[in-house]
Amino acid sequence: MARLFEYQSKKILKNMGIRVPEGGLAFTPEEARQIAFKIGKPVVLKIQVWLTGRAGKGGIRFAESAGEADAVAREMFGMKVGNFVVDKILVEEKLRIKTECFVGLVIDDAKKTPLLIFSSVGGTGIEEIAREHPDKVFQIPIDVLTGLRDYEVRNLLRRAGLSGKILVQLSAVLAKLYRVARRYDARSAEINPLVITESDLVYAADCHIAVDDYAVYRHPELDIEVAREFDRPPTRLEKIAYQVEENDHRGTFYFLQMTEDIPPEKKYIGFHGAGGGGSMMSMDAVLDKGFKLANYCDTSGNPSASKVYRAAKIILSQPNINGYFASGSGVASQEQYHSARGMVKAFHEENLEIPAVIRLGGNFEEKAIEILGTYLKDIQATVEGYGRDDTPESCAKRLEELIEKSKSVHEVKPVVFPDVPEDRYFFETLTGRIFIDHQKCPDCKTKGCVEACSPGILKIEEGKSVLEVSLVEAKKGKCTECLACEIYCKFHEQDAIFIHLPIPGLKDYRKRLIKS
Amino acid sequence: MSILVNEKSKVIVQGITGREGMVRTQLMKDYGTQVVAGVTPGKGGGEVHDVPVYDTVEEAWEKAGPIDASVIFVPASLVRNAALEAMDAGVKLLVIVPDRVPIYDVLEISRIAQDKGACFVGPNTLGLVSPGKAVLGMIGGRAERAKEWFSAGDIGVSSRSGGMTSAISYYLTEAGFGQSTIVHVGGDAVVGLSHPEVMELFEQDDETQIVVMFGEIGTTQEERVADLIQKKKFTKPLIAFIGGKAAKSGTRFSHAGAIVEGSRGSYESKVERLTKVGVHLADSVSDIPKIAKKLKGAKGG
Ligand code: SF4
Ligand code: SF4
Repeated sequence: MARLFEYQSKKILKNMGIRVPEGGLAFTPEEARQIAFKIGKPVVLKIQVWLTGRAGKGGIRFAESAGEADAVAREMFGMKVGNFVVDKILVEEKLRIKTECFVGLVIDDAKKTPLLIFSSVGGTGIEEIAREHPDKVFQIPIDVLTGLRDYEVRNLLRRAGLSGKILVQLSAVLAKLYRVARRYDARSAEINPLVITESDLVYAADCHIAVDDYAVYRHPELDIEVAREFDRPPTRLEKIAYQVEENDHRGTFYFLQMTEDIPPEKKYIGFHGAGGGGSMMSMDAVLDKGFKLANYCDTSGNPSASKVYRAAKIILSQPNINGYFASGSGVASQEQYHSARGMVKAFHEENLEIPAVIRLGGNFEEKAIEILGTYLKDIQATVEGYGRDDTPESCAKRLEELIEKSKSVHEVKPVVFPDVPEDRYFFETLTGRIFIDHQKCPDCKTKGCVEACSPGILKIEEGKSVLEVSLVEAKKGKCTECLACEIYCKFHEQDAIFIHLPIPGLKDYRKRLIKS
Repeated sequence: MSILVNEKSKVIVQGITGREGMVRTQLMKDYGTQVVAGVTPGKGGGEVHDVPVYDTVEEAWEKAGPIDASVIFVPASLVRNAALEAMDAGVKLLVIVPDRVPIYDVLEISRIAQDKGACFVGPNTLGLVSPGKAVLGMIGGRAERAKEWFSAGDIGVSSRSGGMTSAISYYLTEAGFGQSTIVHVGGDAVVGLSHPEVMELFEQDDETQIVVMFGEIGTTQEERVADLIQKKKFTKPLIAFIGGKAAKSGTRFSHAGAIVEGSRGSYESKVERLTKVGVHLADSVSDIPKIAKKLKGAKGG
């Protein structure tokens, strides 16, 4: 779920006609002062982070005047709460509260409907409310075809003990909240507290909306940077990884950093899973061996070799890891040699120095293991491939032994690509470019790149390897970025092919990392 | 018998002319599934692996129907329409393979399925297979593999992870235990047939003697299976393996479903509920065949 900040959520509510306190977003104490001055009443300052219980952490404070708002904001900016450093503060008029309620919209996986939850007690988390006042929590499932009808909401509120004008005001808010959820594809939307003021007006005093990851593409206006659920802002490396996922929808690629600073103490490994279930099982196996994960990564659902390559490059952008562990369910339906080739290219470019255990069980695992064995036997590090009859537990044990023996610590290297002269023959692929050095082809005996290319898009013309299909077709996906031609030519022939698969931002990222 | 699909089921493929659609049609045909038609609007009149292609499901039904199931391979943003089209034409079982289908689209499909008396597996599913009879979706990847990994027998398998579906079935086959039907229910938070619904189908199936379930943290599916057992609506021996022991609350992994919400949905909650109602919990995949063996022994073969 892609979480929105409180200030973003409130803007959406306001547009839908739900009353929110007057206020604005401040990035500096000076701005906080100006907003408070404009409001001209006592204000509340709220840090903008994705955490609950902000008040207890000093994240919600009050100020009587603009000057005081400035002073308070000075103390709040730069504060570290959870995994956030405070850089945005919402400054709002302080409400004169009579009562607080709760309203939330969630999706019920059992009934397969949205569920509207209302409680006449609000303020704290709904779990606590449900535990302590179960009699005050009311819910109704919503029919997605007909939507929420006004009378349904009024019935709900009446059951909750409300009546009269407040009932009418509240019912409008509840009905609108469902409309908000539907319009923005919200997995959850909650207003807590929903405040009734001393002058009997209903205000959304706090609001949290989480948008369905899979529907983010329908809402460019929300400017969601990384459509994944985090309890902290995404790291720079995670943003880089997310770009890769966005640009290539063949298979899934998910990357999460567990920590950004890894001590070189033989405990951290780069983790590369395949498939949610298999990844979890594999992760349980390495954690059982006392390892710590630097990251969690999953490439699955038939990813291209290029995607696996990029994932490996990103995993290897983490300094001080002591090993690389790749493992999935063990019996994958996808052709496993794609993953193997992606790793071969990445490990060579990185000149891998830490041991890697790659459990590639599944379709064509023999071929995949052979690819790893053949093409990675000459690198510094030990890389071992395993199949479906090797358990994650035994593979984790093997990694432990290898790490014990090798004692090496991963060093992040700068991103460098070979120089290619401007006139070199090339064609574009879905996410990169393939260069072929035609000066080398005449010395080639086998012309094996043609056979290696299983989609059959290469041919030999005047002794040189060229594209058989049109440039447009290659770019649109005829070239599957399987990397077979490059690997063949590199190890069996003249090393004439270079496949450039850029990862935007990675070069700078590593440069900064190496400097510090 | 088996559940949901067998060698007599007539099947269509929506999105048959796409990359996945083509490859997996080959898999299904080679395995023995009766793929009678494909649908891609605008490509009517063509053929994919000798399967005639039509512009609409209605036309496919007229020319090749009645149709028992449709396997959907269209892009995620078109899934809702494809599913509604199939149900409107009268198809009662859908297998929705694509990943990243927006959740409200799934809710809508589910709501309409209720009206039409239809059901669906997925989204984000590899599909299902009744070994020796038919496969729907892409489970096994290629027919030779599917034949090697899965064998006919009396153990039902239901899993929320695609890879684990194959892994569990493969290890069962290796140990000499065949499967009645293997269902990958899909990895998303809301799916059509979830574990409890699949359990009810296995309960009705005479051939299925034992069921294996792979669960994960997040959602209430496993807890609802425990409810079913408590209410005696599911009475066959059940072996369960729950992934995500190491996952911290709040950390989300790639399955959209694997979100720890409160105590419900956590590893501990699932294991506790299932153990209480007498489910056999496995600690690793390799335990599953061992437990199956014990259960079989207890029943006298
Ligand atoms: S294998 Fe390499 S050297 Fe030989 S023809 Fe192909 S690209 Fe040229
Ligand atoms: S040209 Fe052929 S072999 Fe090379 S990456 Fe593209 S599809 Fe693969």
